Amino acid sequence: MRAVVVTFPGSNCDYDCLQVLRKVMGIDTSFIWHRERELGDPDLVVLPGGFSYGDYLRAGAIARFSPIVEAVKRYAGRGGIVLGICNGFQILCEAGLLPGALRRNDSLKFRSLDAHVRVETTDTAFTRAYRRGQVLRIPIAHAEGNYIADPATLERLEADGRVVFRYTTREGARGEGGNPNGSANDIAGIVNAAGNVLGLMPHPERAAEGVLGSTDGLGMFESLVAHCARERVA
Amino acid sequence: MSLYVIEIRVTPRRGLLDPQGKAIQHALDSLGFAGVGEVRAGKLLVIELEADSPDEAAARTTRMCEKLLANPVTEDFAIEVARDAVGPEAAT
Repeated sequence: MRAVVVTFPGSNCDYDCLQVLRKVMGIDTSFIWHRERELGDPDLVVLPGGFSYGDYLRAGAIARFSPIVEAVKRYAGRGGIVLGICNGFQILCEAGLLPGALRRNDSLKFRSLDAHVRVETTDTAFTRAYRRGQVLRIPIAHAEGNYIADPATLERLEADGRVVFRYTTREGARGEGGNPNGSANDIAGIVNAAGNVLGLMPHPERAAEGVLGSTDGLGMFESLVAHCARERVA
Repeated sequence: MSLYVIEIRVTPRRGLLDPQGKAIQHALDSLGFAGVGEVRAGKLLVIELEADSPDEAAARTTRMCEKLLANPVTEDFAIEVARDAVGPEAAT
């Protein structure tokens, strides 16, 4: 299995992703600079967190025009697996690979805390290693994580089971106290219709080793390794 | 060709909650400014653009807004085109 982590000017979670993919999961992983035009032929592309282009104009709005994003679009169009974390999620929305947008948190504050997110479906390449309804403790760190989409899109996301992660309380309950940013339907992460592009605001790569205080994010990378192993056999 | 100065107002779409505008509204309210209704906070972009006519300048700016400057999911935009006072044709 081979993975690439795209580095934009202002990415700051690229090394965290490299650490998990290469050191923890043993995946052949390399960085790719945003000016590149070809991805090679990886099994996984990660758009990491950070503040690409200083979040100028809107988070992700300028990064989406980086040359590599065209390659990511082609790769996703062929069914390639793309994971966008935090700023990566914002870029995927701006690029039109995922619907909706991420607005300023309703608190207007940059929220940096351990969030609780519930796994809403295990029927994705990203979540097979989890249990449905499992509550994960995963850090968030963002000012623009307030997911919104038009009502028809939200309805479709829900009906098609494409809301993959939802903010909840520690106990897994929705409502007061669970949602850190005001996102519609408590959405923390969604997948595209084809199931190969996932974006989420929480940082699974920051919860993938015991020393980090939580290993709840590890399941996402284990899911992806298992998925790619199966694709290789098939 | 003339140089046009274009002001683009990008505002949170009406009907969507604008947390920033709401915070400002509360601040105005707590300072005692009576009668303040909804407040929405957006941004103002000022662009200099060479174009043949105001219509062409507006049309090109609209495309800029649709492609980059405004997010079609969450924002509206309005464009105002003015001839640059110190531009090449200001003296005529």
